[in-house]
Amino acid sequence: MSEDEELPDLDGGAARSINSTAVSGGGGDQNYVSPSPDQVLENVLENVLYFLTSRHDRNAASLVCKSWFRAEALTRSELFIGNCYSVSPGRVTNRFKQIKAIAIKGKPRFSDFSLLPPDWGAHFANWLRAMAASYRALEKVYLKRMCVTDEDLAITAHSFPFLKELVFVCCEGFGTDGLAIIARECRHIRVLELVDTDVTDDEVDWISCFPDNVTCLESLIFDCVETPINFEALERLVARSPSLKKLRLNSYISIRQLYRLMIRAPQLTHLGTGSFNTSEIVAQSEQEPDYLSAFAACKSLICLSGFKEIIPEYLSAIYPVCGILTSLNLSYANISAEQLKPVIRQCHKLQTFWALDSIGDEGLQAVSVACKDLRELRVFPVEALEDVEGPVSEVGLLTISEGCRKLQSILYFCQRMTNAAVIAMSKNCPDLVVFRLCIMGRHRPDHVTGEPMDEGFGAIVENCKKLTRLAVSGLLTDRVFKYIGQYGKLLRTLSVAFAGDSDLGLKYLLEGCPKLQKLEIRDCPFGDSALFAGLHHYYDMRFMWLSSCKVTRQGCEEVARQLPGLVVEVIASGEEENETNEYVDTMYLYRSLDRPRPDAPRFVHIL
Amino acid sequence: MAHENDLNLKATELRLGLPGTDESDDMVSTANNNKRASPESVDDSELKANSAAKSAENETSSASKSHIVGWPPVRSYRKSNLQPKKEDSETGMYVKVSMDGAPFLRKVDLKVYNGYTDLLKALESMFKLRIGEYSEREGYKGSEYAPAYEDKDGDLMLVGDVPWDMFMSSCKRLRIKKGSEAKGLGWAV
Repeated sequence: MSEDEELPDLDGGAARSINSTAVSGGGGDQNYVSPSPDQVLENVLENVLYFLTSRHDRNAASLVCKSWFRAEALTRSELFIGNCYSVSPGRVTNRFKQIKAIAIKGKPRFSDFSLLPPDWGAHFANWLRAMAASYRALEKVYLKRMCVTDEDLAITAHSFPFLKELVFVCCEGFGTDGLAIIARECRHIRVLELVDTDVTDDEVDWISCFPDNVTCLESLIFDCVETPINFEALERLVARSPSLKKLRLNSYISIRQLYRLMIRAPQLTHLGTGSFNTSEIVAQSEQEPDYLSAFAACKSLICLSGFKEIIPEYLSAIYPVCGILTSLNLSYANISAEQLKPVIRQCHKLQTFWALDSIGDEGLQAVSVACKDLRELRVFPVEALEDVEGPVSEVGLLTISEGCRKLQSILYFCQRMTNAAVIAMSKNCPDLVVFRLCIMGRHRPDHVTGEPMDEGFGAIVENCKKLTRLAVSGLLTDRVFKYIGQYGKLLRTLSVAFAGDSDLGLKYLLEGCPKLQKLEIRDCPFGDSALFAGLHHYYDMRFMWLSSCKVTRQGCEEVARQLPGLVVEVIASGEEENETNEYVDTMYLYRSLDRPRPDAPRFVHIL
Repeated sequence: MAHENDLNLKATELRLGLPGTDESDDMVSTANNNKRASPESVDDSELKANSAAKSAENETSSASKSHIVGWPPVRSYRKSNLQPKKEDSETGMYVKVSMDGAPFLRKVDLKVYNGYTDLLKALESMFKLRIGEYSEREGYKGSEYAPAYEDKDGDLMLVGDVPWDMFMSSCKRLRIKKGSEAKGLGWAV
């Protein structure tokens, strides 16, 4: 739960009497005077709340009574806003006065797949205005799926003189102009991370904008920034950043340049290698740098990624660190099983492994033999299409389940799958918390039996007792939702696409899964009566997304009418407003403590 | 083969849906939106008539393979790294917009706009200014600003001189000119 829960309205008077009775209960000492309620509060503040860091614990504490509510509000320093529209910035700055760190999430996840029209919203500017006025001591900003402009970055740099950490994940709207301002003006910046974020090339050399003296940089991550970099400036920057531990380079950095950076920063713990390719044609006589020794010098390197345009022959350079790596991301490296094997068989400490399906079932076999400690696996498709053969299948999934018993999280793209393999994984990997299987062909059944994939996913929810996140795919009937509703008692996040037969499917989910927070559904035959089945639960959810389903505008209006604390957005994805459509294109609903957002564009109707 | 099994299961299953609703299951996903799959989709159960009006606006590419927006759910930067960039409806047509005197560039996606009026309205609200009426002979009257663009050859042209589609494909960058430079453009045409 986050900030956006109902605020309690408790009688402070009652609380006072509770406090004093509790305190004065014991003692025959006549000189003993019970502390006043204010003193109790002070003790509480000092001794208890100060140590509470978990927002869930703090939320609970704030519900005890009005004094605790106030005390908690004064001492909370980290804020998490799971949905930027669930609460107004003003309400937040009124309640919490001492915020040092803030995390804000904006657009729903399906926007990553172009299902949300651009200019939908999630503008950081609205929050920034309020924050700039109230939180001058702000040190950390984390934004996910927010729209941020260069002006926003300028205001950020000016308003928060103590800013230490800036992290952007899946954001957009700014360019290297904005980065230059941050580099130039945020004198205390320690962490600057751009992850999967779209950065425009404003043709500004932002790396040169960092101040000339020794920096306190600990983390510089810009592998997603697709613009050329002034390498000499970067090299000097790394040389004068003795605290640098995390460095992720973009694909404009060649392997030769990588070498030069690595020998200046052997203390790195996290490295993104950039292109891992040579940009120049190397003359025969020219000596290739000793990449092996550069990696050998990095005694603390535990997380390796990058390889954006890899020349596979260079991969052997990383052998010296394989034995200490806990995380290896090869998901941009189109390499074969044969090319992977010599590397992976040395990675016995690996806990996180991301790869392309080019490694095939055979490559996964090598992983399952070598990486007994594996907790997280992600296999991405080289060709994200529906009608191709596909090099990974149920064979790879099965072998992973047999070798990597400690698996907690899996994301697996494939073209064919069987229930048997999924059932086997549900039994072999009981610690699974995240299970996301994407069979890329829509409505594809078990390719051996021809059956729907209901039983496989059913086994996952039944046997994996710690499961909180699930994504389903393939041919699925209402039955799979019955299973999920029956067994998915801890499920918080669920993604569904091209599945189900009728309203029953969604009903099972909404009636059966009490912890469901985030539900995203596309292209399923769920209609209004299913929508109404969730009325008892929508206030407890962060959001629900339904696109290309069978929900009508009247149905959405009815939900909005019955639940005034809910914002129900109907989003048209076509360019024209098509009034004759029976069903809405997209419905996105979320709870909100305040009036609906004033910045909705013309294609969004808030009911 | 997959579809035969599909139909058999549906025939024997007890459901609460109204009779006859089953056939339209998959039609919903593709029918009502100009960004969804074209009528030539793989799914047999579609006999959609409704999409006629929309199909004119559909992507024209999908003769052989049906193309569903956002499926498989792989983020675009993962796709573009490994395959040659495809100009499909998923990638926007972003151009930078600069204005004389403004310190920052903005970015717009030309695909989002229906035509010049739409685009100009957006620029007006983005930069908080008025652009004025376009006329072929006199350019933009009634304001000190004129929207110009750089085309493929690097020439600076006045926005509105060529048909919208031609503009979309040749515009590389937008520049909002101010003052005398704006007037100059008008006469240059």
